[in-house]
Amino acid sequence: MSDHDPGCERCEELLQGYLDRDLAPDEVVVAEGHLDGCDYCRRRYRFEERLRRYIRVSASERMPAGLLAKLTELRDERPAL
Amino acid sequence: MGETEAADARRIATEARGRVRFEEEALGLADQVYRVARRLVGTREEAEELVQDTYIRAFRSWNSYTPGTNMRAWLLRILTNLNLDRGRKIQRTPDLQPLEEGDYFLANKLAAAEGEQALDQERVVEKLSQDNVVGALSELPHDFRDVVVLVDIGEFSYADAAQILDVPMGTVMSRLHRGRRLLKQKLAEESLA
Repeated sequence: MSDHDPGCERCEELLQGYLDRDLAPDEVVVAEGHLDGCDYCRRRYRFEERLRRYIRVSASERMPAGLLAKLTELRDERPAL
Repeated sequence: MGETEAADARRIATEARGRVRFEEEALGLADQVYRVARRLVGTREEAEELVQDTYIRAFRSWNSYTPGTNMRAWLLRILTNLNLDRGRKIQRTPDLQPLEEGDYFLANKLAAAEGEQALDQERVVEKLSQDNVVGALSELPHDFRDVVVLVDIGEFSYADAAQILDVPMGTVMSRLHRGRRLLKQKLAEESLA
């Protein structure tokens, strides 16, 4: 990579949408084209991807035991048809 | 039984089946609903309460759900509305100055402190703990946190998040963008402290 490829700034902008799979097709082409040729952005892309996965996994907390039973019981409190 | 009564009985039976199907599907989503709820509020007890209130309302208004649409989003919309109703306090908009930092903020900080190898998977985990992530998320202002939690923890699309929070998609995108930057800034502060 060159230290600051002019494409990097644009790529950084596109990266979040690219990671969310929420880019327009022409933007995907730009982002991927740049990632293919830029080691700097590729490393950061991988980092961002891992960071997201890490955030998702570490902030995700399973439902406590017993909650499902409580929710199931709530059905009995509903009004009759 | 007359014809009208028979038709009524059939209608009631169909409706009852529909309701049971709805309830089974909703209960099947409880864990996913809880995971989002847990990060929107401060404690496990509050999250449990919020999920229970959500299901009470969902079971009552099951008829307003359109079968075949995204039930998880439908449930989360009830949940986020209830959470707003709980009267969470209005927060000051965070200092915008640090948001001038780019998306690569945390990556750049780690790389500057420890070199490019700091960007490897193991190093991220080494530098950040689960508590860091949970703590940083809980410090985000509500409006940002709602969007970050829905998209990054709940894995909702921008469009679903917009529908759940009843805001335009552009608002979801800008809050997500700023929320993630704030989150990374907090993670950088904690991990490099």
